[in-house]
Amino acid sequence: MERTDLHGLAGQGACAVRPAAIEFREVGLAYSGKPILADLSLAVGKGEIVCVIGPSGCGKTTALRVAGGLVRPGSGSVTVGGRPITGPRRDVAIVFQDYGKALLPWRTAAGNVSLALEAAGAPMRERKVRIHALLEKVGLHGHADKYPTEMSGGMQQRLQIARCLAQEPSVLLMDEPFGALDAMTRQTLQDEMLSIVAETGATVFFVTHDLEEAIYLGDRVIGLLPNPGRIGTIAEVGLPRPRNQLETREMPEFLRLRRALFDFIEKAEG
Amino acid sequence: MSRTAKALAIPAALLVAAEIAVRLSGTASLAVAPPSSVVVALLAALGDGTMLAATRDTLACAFGGLFLGGAIGLVLGLLFGLVRPLDRLMELTVEAIRPIPSVALIPIGMLSLGFGYGFEIAIVAFACVWTMLIMTRAAIAGIEPRLLEVSRALRLSTPQRIFKIVIPAALPRIIVAFRLAAGFALVVAVTVEIAANPQGMGYGILIAQQSLSPQLMLAYLLWIGLVGYGLNVLLSLAQKKLLGRAAMVEVRR
Repeated sequence: MERTDLHGLAGQGACAVRPAAIEFREVGLAYSGKPILADLSLAVGKGEIVCVIGPSGCGKTTALRVAGGLVRPGSGSVTVGGRPITGPRRDVAIVFQDYGKALLPWRTAAGNVSLALEAAGAPMRERKVRIHALLEKVGLHGHADKYPTEMSGGMQQRLQIARCLAQEPSVLLMDEPFGALDAMTRQTLQDEMLSIVAETGATVFFVTHDLEEAIYLGDRVIGLLPNPGRIGTIAEVGLPRPRNQLETREMPEFLRLRRALFDFIEKAEG
Repeated sequence: MSRTAKALAIPAALLVAAEIAVRLSGTASLAVAPPSSVVVALLAALGDGTMLAATRDTLACAFGGLFLGGAIGLVLGLLFGLVRPLDRLMELTVEAIRPIPSVALIPIGMLSLGFGYGFEIAIVAFACVWTMLIMTRAAIAGIEPRLLEVSRALRLSTPQRIFKIVIPAALPRIIVAFRLAAGFALVVAVTVEIAANPQGMGYGILIAQQSLSPQLMLAYLLWIGLVGYGLNVLLSLAQKKLLGRAAMVEVRR
């Protein structure tokens, strides 16, 4: 399984121009003796969108969970905004893939958003206005009184994003957030996410299975190799913004990256 | 023909058949009586207040025991579910006491508490504790792990986590546990009355039997069935009311 590192300098801070919002420093992690991540080093610039791809078992979700403070690394460290991560933080929001399980079924849309505000100790009077604004931002105005089970998958994921935005995060960690949605909904949500991120200036660490999604959204695409999880390739995405579902995806650069990353995944899966 | 009419057809036919069979055979049985005389006995017992007084006594003990035992079981179940080390510490003790049939405690209860409400409530409570404890604990263990992760990611405080996530998430199952315990409570209360405690509907059955009055005995039986049924309907309504639309969500899953 020995594979040459496509970039000898993988993770040596390829994007050192901007100040780092998230920085993985030689992060290593093993579960019951089996190494999951080995020496993962990566700096994500402020306001950057970094997409992480890789075959299953490459540790991309684990890397996200370490950055979110849900899992402690065995070695190395992660800093967000210069401060080391020791547990979940309010300025780091996590969007889970399984929105159906991550939402509280006994609370309405407004109630689910409210949970984040309650956790942050926002005063009761403020909440209503902020909930309204957040639901509006993700396109759920008029659905405040619906329960999650009364909403479509796309709406539920929008709701989870609204709840995360209620934390006013500087970093959004997104774990295959659109993986379970149909193609049309996925594209709509991709564009909505890009405009929300552009508006808030948040840094995004986006894990996905979908190569095209990674290229379409990202400023950079990181390809991980499995056993143990480590960086295999880093692709700079030189596509202009704002991106467009039709035009961007037809650009030669998009197609070139798609081919390169497809080859990478095929080799990685061996 | 409506569904209700269809559902009633068989029981009605059986009742008529029983009436005819008992009348024709002409036996003076001590165990059975024609349905018509059972109804007459029931109406008479309801009319003179004895049946209602017995019902009051039994339900007072059943509910008293249910709330006492249910509360203890709920609190212990929450504690054991939330504090795993405590659960492991208590596991052997719980598993050693739990299999004791509650009615086996009747002789001890009788000696230590004497006849009356306290004794019966204690036995019923003992029966209800375990249902609530075990099922509440299981309800907490069965909470979607992602929800607990969300509560961590949002940095909910421990009281917030318990009151905003754990209890609402476990509530549907806790209510099912309560309904089950309510069923047990009535069974145990009547059993205690038949076996020892001279009050309530169980004692009424016993006295009717010993005074060679099968129609009254069967009237009590019929009445206990009706009370049990009514109780279940009531609790089911309360469950819907309490959980609202969230209850329907749970059903749909």
